[in-house]
Amino acid sequence: MKPEEEQIKQKKKMIRDWFFLGITIVIVVVLLSVFPEKIEPVHSTVQEYFIEMMVILPAVMVIMGLFAVFISDETVVKHLGKTSGVKGIALSILIGTLPTGPLYIAFPMAATLLKKGARVSNIIVFLSAWACIKIPQEMVEVQFLGPEFMFLRLILTIIFVVIMGIAIEFILNRKVDDSKNQNVMIKE
Amino acid sequence: MNVTAIIINGIAVAGLLVAFIKNRKKAIESLKMALKSFIKILPMVFIIIIAIGLLLGFVPPEQISRFVGDQSGSGGVLLVGIVGAIMYIPALLAFPLAASILENGASVAAVAAFITTLTMIGMITLPLEIKILGKKMALLRNGISFVIAILIALIMGMVL
Repeated sequence: MKPEEEQIKQKKKMIRDWFFLGITIVIVVVLLSVFPEKIEPVHSTVQEYFIEMMVILPAVMVIMGLFAVFISDETVVKHLGKTSGVKGIALSILIGTLPTGPLYIAFPMAATLLKKGARVSNIIVFLSAWACIKIPQEMVEVQFLGPEFMFLRLILTIIFVVIMGIAIEFILNRKVDDSKNQNVMIKE
Repeated sequence: MNVTAIIINGIAVAGLLVAFIKNRKKAIESLKMALKSFIKILPMVFIIIIAIGLLLGFVPPEQISRFVGDQSGSGGVLLVGIVGAIMYIPALLAFPLAASILENGASVAAVAAFITTLTMIGMITLPLEIKILGKKMALLRNGISFVIAILIALIMGMVL
């Protein structure tokens, strides 16, 4: 039942995307017939970006396909569930960067991990790494924006994402701690 | 083909070779998956590339620079950050779009804000995130992500 629903949803999305492409092409044709002097610049830009995209996109897709098939969700959950500390955060980033699908796939994994007792900070770092430090993304970023831009953004993102993870864990745990305070005092 | 493209293709070919040696069936499965996602993303690729063509063809660099260039200051960065948070396009396609406005007058900070909010924050996926991870965690993650995206962007604007 579920996979079938998923397939229908995917098909609808495909049809929608091609439909939007059709509309885009109509808009272009109308615009360029009204402003024929723009045909040259638009054509050369489209050609340039198309080539730049096509020399990397198939390879990026192959790399993503390889990771998706060879690294299963269970592997990720197994490795992230039990580590903590600096090692846990490093592992969260590392596994998050593996090119395995869109962010909404990571939510159920994160939920499973939390239930299994993984730390909130690790999960936040994992989700954020999954969202914005994927290996194929970094590759495309180098291609279009250059290595300097990519590395600086990568380093800053890692630093801030770790800080965010720790902050959110602190905020969420404080509320829990308040209610447990008495127990802790008794134990001490 | 530039150096980056050669390296990426090299990694893909090497990965495929290793995969075929290790497990033929799984390797073929990965290739099928790659082909499927390639076809899936193709219409969006064309749309984005055409949009870039129109943007650069019709909007003069002075206009781009006025709204998201250096002189637009942190207001421009904030604006682009919000646009990135709302927009829902595959991250892979954000980079050519970002490069096109960067080459035509946008500031480094604005471009960094756009990419970072686009990838980190998902307005479209937020309801799902709330449902699966709870309201508090989802809202905290997306909210703080927006703040750090702007911080990252401003720092990048100062350094580069």
